[in-house]
Amino acid sequence: MATYILKRFLQLIPVFLGATLLVYFLVFSLPGDPIAALFGDKPVNETVAAQLRKQYNLDQPFWIQYLLYLKSIFTFDLGLDFSGRPIAAVLGEVFPVTARLAIMALIFEAFFGILFGLIAGLRKGKIFDATVLVASLIVIGIPIFVLGFMLQFFIGVQLGWAKPTVSSAATVQDLILPAIVLGLGSFAYVLRLTRTSVLENMNADYVRTATAKGLSRSRVVRVHILRNSLIPVVTFLGADLGALMGGAIVTEGIFNIPGVGQRLYRAVLSGEGPTVVSIVTVLVLIYVVSNLLIDLLYAWLDPRIRYDS
Amino acid sequence: MNESINVRDAGSGAQRPLLEIKDLAITFATSNGDVNAVRNAHLTIMPGETVAIVGESGSGKSTTALAAIGLLPSNGRVSEGTIFFDGEDIAHASEKRMIELRGNSIGMVPQDPMSNLNPVWKIGYQVKETLKANGLPSGPDDVTKVLTEAGLPDAARRAKQYPHEFSGGMRQRALIAIGLSCQPRLLIADEPTSALDVTVQRQILDHLDSMTAELGTAVLLITHDLGLAAERADKVVVMYRGQVVESGPSLELLQNPQHPYTQRLVNSAPSLASRRIQVAKDQGLESSEVLTPDVINTDASKSADILQIENLTKVFKLRSGLGRSTDFTAVDDVSFAIKRGTTTAIVGESGSGKSTVAQMVLNLLKPTSGKIIFDGVDTSTLNSKETFAFRRRVQPIFQDPYGSLDPMYSIFRTIEEPLRVHKIGTAASREKKVRELLDQVSLPQSTMQRYPNELSGGQRQRVAIARALALDPEVIICDEAVSALDVLVQAQVLNLLAELQSRLGLTYLFITHDLAVVRQIADHVCVMEQGKLVETGSTDSVFDSPQQDYTKALLNAIPGGKLMLPPEVA
Repeated sequence: MATYILKRFLQLIPVFLGATLLVYFLVFSLPGDPIAALFGDKPVNETVAAQLRKQYNLDQPFWIQYLLYLKSIFTFDLGLDFSGRPIAAVLGEVFPVTARLAIMALIFEAFFGILFGLIAGLRKGKIFDATVLVASLIVIGIPIFVLGFMLQFFIGVQLGWAKPTVSSAATVQDLILPAIVLGLGSFAYVLRLTRTSVLENMNADYVRTATAKGLSRSRVVRVHILRNSLIPVVTFLGADLGALMGGAIVTEGIFNIPGVGQRLYRAVLSGEGPTVVSIVTVLVLIYVVSNLLIDLLYAWLDPRIRYDS
Repeated sequence: MNESINVRDAGSGAQRPLLEIKDLAITFATSNGDVNAVRNAHLTIMPGETVAIVGESGSGKSTTALAAIGLLPSNGRVSEGTIFFDGEDIAHASEKRMIELRGNSIGMVPQDPMSNLNPVWKIGYQVKETLKANGLPSGPDDVTKVLTEAGLPDAARRAKQYPHEFSGGMRQRALIAIGLSCQPRLLIADEPTSALDVTVQRQILDHLDSMTAELGTAVLLITHDLGLAAERADKVVVMYRGQVVESGPSLELLQNPQHPYTQRLVNSAPSLASRRIQVAKDQGLESSEVLTPDVINTDASKSADILQIENLTKVFKLRSGLGRSTDFTAVDDVSFAIKRGTTTAIVGESGSGKSTVAQMVLNLLKPTSGKIIFDGVDTSTLNSKETFAFRRRVQPIFQDPYGSLDPMYSIFRTIEEPLRVHKIGTAASREKKVRELLDQVSLPQSTMQRYPNELSGGQRQRVAIARALALDPEVIICDEAVSALDVLVQAQVLNLLAELQSRLGLTYLFITHDLAVVRQIADHVCVMEQGKLVETGSTDSVFDSPQQDYTKALLNAIPGGKLMLPPEVA
């Protein structure tokens, strides 16, 4: 197992290099001059522009820029963004906010998705099952920004149960409503996946055998149906954590959350190469590590899977 | 242990039946309305007695047994009649009461050891929770004791393993351990060994017999195998299409079957028929004629032997840890030859390498060394075009008629596909051919428009045979082609294969673990054990005077093989 984990961490190296190179190249090839854009409507002062170009290495060819950027990463000095703040400080500010949001969304979708899916599966064809099936289809069908604005308006503005926008501190309480909006689509998928999986396992021979052993119904459900049903669900949730972090951009826009998505969007618009690449690289690393964690969890849930050989 | 038996004896009257099923009807709610799966079933088991229910799949035998432990599928219900367990009507008992009874009063050993243990929990845990749920001590020592009693060697270590680390026989022992762990008064054993090799089957049944005898457990044995039922049970109940057609003491019923269905069952049961004349002999071939020497290298014999297998070896590399690998020899220096128009059977237990041989003969797997010579040509030298032509002449029929037909293809498309792939004929002539093929396998031509899920197992296997015949092959490799079928259907399919052989001059290579089937169809037998060919010879010589201990063990393990039979059956 230790060998396997080590191997997976070694895989991070090519993933890291590949992701940074690709993203850096994409930003480099963006049309337009980022320095010229900095001046806005004012005429470009060539001396200042040249100095800025030199400061951000924009006067260098692509490979040199990229290598200089890599050097800055390994010396733990990511440099400054265009507003003159250290990029490291920017990352330290936005990532905790989005991570909090994504994890809350994940907890929401996992807990309620699995719970509702389990109940729906156990009561197939009954009213609860039919209701959540239709509801989940509606949730999947409606785009997230529509749902976001609707919930913001009804729950935040009309009913006043939650603040319609998020304070700059972005506390857990502030993020409850946005987390629900962010997790809603995946919640519907988790629910349906769990339901299907429960239905499949309910009729498994070993479940009948477990009942024949004299176990109580609740024990059969918890020990023999639920655990086996979670295996495909866990795979989905793992892939979803990365998607939630990167996909929070719409939700962050609706609720004005000072997170990764907002900052990344601005950086892309202004062509701030190093900022974009730094944010995306951290996202990629989170994605890869969360996938590794899921693979380990997967092996724990299903002992037939062994990574040693 | 003795104490608990005494207590029970005091509690139940000496003559009161332990289980008494009266006028039982079971109904399933389906999308086409209610279906009666069982009607008017009756059955009585006295304490300590073994009663077998015999019938083909769909006869309602398992459904009846499941009703007795309250485990009918959710759409099934007892619509009429009563089930008395020790004087208490449990047909409509509450779920709470059934949970109390299950495990410690009524135990179950299910059919398929592969699917009846939860793959994600350790064996020990699955035993432990049974003991715990029934209020028995459930420490590690208790778990080990239960597993040891069921004949699992090294139980303390084995308890810490997962089901996938167990062989089929070991899993079945674990399931028997679970079924008997709480010393129930009635054990329902639903085809407890049908998924196992004959020799393992015998060991497991012997062990089950001795355990239940020791504990004084009554057994309700469900089986499709009349020979097995007769050998193991005091009384036999025969079910057919949801009804009990006949019941009585085992030997009596076997020797003097009254109902026409029971008579057919007795006549076609391969285990009982294992002393009958081979169907293949209808062609007038004598065993001495088809007996071939092990290796033939002379030119003259080439035309007679359509297939020659010479020193065939297959080594698989098993990965064990980092970069290391161990060799596993699945097939070890196997040589034999098959004469045109005859049937050769390869028998052996699972893991003996017999299916690997079949795959290599089909050219689906490359041999590590050795040669397969088909009609004078070494198959390993064929290029892709020649392989394509070779496939036309050698066709397979596989074990599982559910798995080997594409569910999205109509029967017409299934049978026509090989013709289309090999670009034979026009659309019209292909359709004609499909009709002929369906006639040959005795299926109505209307089957063409249907889909596999609308057909029974026997019908599907007929479709698989028709597909194999579509290209007018010379050799058909049957890999356990009748193992998944009920006895009567099996007999029909074997007869069909024998008839097609005599009509079309086909050569069969039969891969099977069932010696009774071999007796019925094969001219020549190759017995394999752990990759090696241990004995070959004509079917008569191998069955009448087996030379190797392994062959003898296989023959002894045929259920009912040693039973005395009336002359008209034997």
